[in-house]
Amino acid sequence: MSQPASLTWLAGHEIRLGWRDWASLMTAGGRTRGRNATIALVVFAAFMHVFAYWTVANYADANLASDTAALVGITGTLALSCSLLLSQAMESVTRAFYSRSDLDLILTSPASARKVFAVRMGRIAAAAVVIAVLLAAPFINVLATLGGGRWLAAYGVVAAMGTVATAAALALTIALFRIVGAKRTRLIAQVVAAVIGAAFVIGLQIAAIFSAGSISRFAALQSDWMLSHAPDQGSVFWWPARAVLGDYVALGGVVAFGIGVLCASIALFSKRFGEHAVAAAGVSSTTVRQRRWSLRFRRRSPRRVLRHKEWTLLQRDAWLVSQTLMQVLYLIPPALLLWVTFGDRNTSYVVLIPVVVMAAGQLAGGLAWLSISGEDAPDLVATAPITSHSVLWAKVEAVIGMIALIFAPIVAMLTLDAVFAGLACGLGILSAAAAATVIQLCFRVQARRSQFRRRQTSSRLATFAEAFSSIAWAATTALAAAGTLAALGTAAIAFAILAGVWLISPSRT
Amino acid sequence: MNLQNYPVALALRGVSKRFDRPAVDALDLTVYGGEFYALVGPNGAGKTTTLRMVVGLLRPDTGSICIEGIDALSNPVAAKQVTAWLSDEPMIYDKLTPYEYLEFVAGLWRIEPAAAEARARELIGWLGLEPHAHERCEGFSKGMRQKVALAGALVHDPKLIILDEPLTGLDAGTARQVKDVLRERVRAGGTVIMTTHILEVAERMADRIGVIAGGRLIAEGTLDDLRRQTGKTATSLEDTFLTLVAEQVVAA
Repeated sequence: MSQPASLTWLAGHEIRLGWRDWASLMTAGGRTRGRNATIALVVFAAFMHVFAYWTVANYADANLASDTAALVGITGTLALSCSLLLSQAMESVTRAFYSRSDLDLILTSPASARKVFAVRMGRIAAAAVVIAVLLAAPFINVLATLGGGRWLAAYGVVAAMGTVATAAALALTIALFRIVGAKRTRLIAQVVAAVIGAAFVIGLQIAAIFSAGSISRFAALQSDWMLSHAPDQGSVFWWPARAVLGDYVALGGVVAFGIGVLCASIALFSKRFGEHAVAAAGVSSTTVRQRRWSLRFRRRSPRRVLRHKEWTLLQRDAWLVSQTLMQVLYLIPPALLLWVTFGDRNTSYVVLIPVVVMAAGQLAGGLAWLSISGEDAPDLVATAPITSHSVLWAKVEAVIGMIALIFAPIVAMLTLDAVFAGLACGLGILSAAAAATVIQLCFRVQARRSQFRRRQTSSRLATFAEAFSSIAWAATTALAAAGTLAALGTAAIAFAILAGVWLISPSRT
Repeated sequence: MNLQNYPVALALRGVSKRFDRPAVDALDLTVYGGEFYALVGPNGAGKTTTLRMVVGLLRPDTGSICIEGIDALSNPVAAKQVTAWLSDEPMIYDKLTPYEYLEFVAGLWRIEPAAAEARARELIGWLGLEPHAHERCEGFSKGMRQKVALAGALVHDPKLIILDEPLTGLDAGTARQVKDVLRERVRAGGTVIMTTHILEVAERMADRIGVIAGGRLIAEGTLDDLRRQTGKTATSLEDTFLTLVAEQVVAA
């Protein structure tokens, strides 16, 4: 048994907390949901293995080590995954800084704060490694089953990516603390995390749009320019890709680099981590003076008052705005595609419209949760002399109004060039947004806005329904814009999803 | 003070609410206009459930609730127009300033903007919130948040104010300000119903005290009335309360 306050003892404590967090995330706090969550995970894992087989089975037996195009493709995929891991790790590091849950206890205890924070950083790295390994496992398993054990070396590369991403996230976040201070780091780190997560995908898509006129990110990676500018095959640059392909020397190098970088960053930053956490703890008590809405109280109907409140709260909450930034960022490539291929209407619209509609549905889902479930003063609104029907309508109007405002420029641009496609897109956006709002209405819960990040775990059914509904409306809109009657079929599916949601919704039962 | 001469501000008749077990059991309660009424009882006695039914946050299984002559179950909007609710956990919006919060509340209650603004300024002054009137509430202490919530409860000039443990966690100065505002409200003809675990507060502030246990009103009246009920005339409210609750436990 380890000594109290030793590194192993603290690590055991962190592992226990981490496990309980994860279990709570999976079961949403309900003990009886454990079995359902396990079944869902098994089904998901099976589905992912089938998907992986469909995607990578052809490469299992191929000898790719001497193929520059393959090395570029694997390295690009690893870099893409690493940017997503880095984004996730930055989120975790920022949360660790600003979560005050046990900071008072840690800092007032005789345990070494440096040790505690070193273990906490190790926990963040472990979480990043576990996420990376779990996501990559179906692909590696399929390749290893079909192509032999050499593919298992990819697990080492994926784990090393998790440690490198964590080390980079620590360095970036601590650099932000030093540059912009504790007050602004939380927001900026989250924006940076969102941008990093999306930047690589978007960058490749933009490169593909300009070079090949396609939105596929692999088009840029396989372009002649990219292949002619790639380093020599013997370069260390290809070690991660070679390690994935079963080169054990390269694997040893990559794993050693990953562990080394993580240990160095923990040793370097664990002391500062504590100092910055203390600085972050003081942020909530800072004062923000607000310019008045107007010099006098204004006459408004209760519904208008509620709508205005929703818009004001969202506009002032930079953290929530950053949470939705990712979805808006993904609109940049399709918008660019529209710009680049302006003359070639048919192909560009088919790609553009579903992406825009899908983004609108997802964004509306988030806004609807904030407006309907994330009410910070539920008693006040419930005891006000207005009907609950009016309250709900006001909140729905707030969501749809915001979606209309965000997507109006894209719809206007489309309509200027092709009226029918533009109108179809506008209608699709409103339908997807309305459907997402209805789903949130059906699964509404009472929560605080600060719990926004966990909204997906409160009802996985709502999350899946929202995603499938957005996909169905995206397909419907694209087909309608293309003028095919098949749109009626996908519209029927979209309505069937809503009907299913209504039948099983807790608010009805 | 002969209460029968005053109009009835709140009348509960046979109100029951059951969760896993009965929380409120055939409760009859009458509070008169201009009265300061304190509802006391042990944890889980049904105080908060009773008040949440009165303000429309819960629907009773049986019984009737009448506020200022309005049937609150059949006409909840009219009943809410004359009622204010303040819970022990102040629910305000972190990203709004106190001034904006009061404008929001006044808008929900459809108060004339000029009157609401004057009232808001008055309340902000009374509660010592002027220096913070245009700061976002996110950095406020518990006491300041409670003051903002109290101002919100009073800005629409309600006839009946219902407060659930409003003094929990407040420092002495803030608690004094809240009590002063409530006394002023009663002096102006309003009715205040308050639950509290601080028996001294009930003893000093309330015209009448209701003791609730097991979802039933087991005793009601002035402090002297309650003492008489226990047969001990020189005891504090704390002793009287403990005796009444103990008798109820034995009887149950």
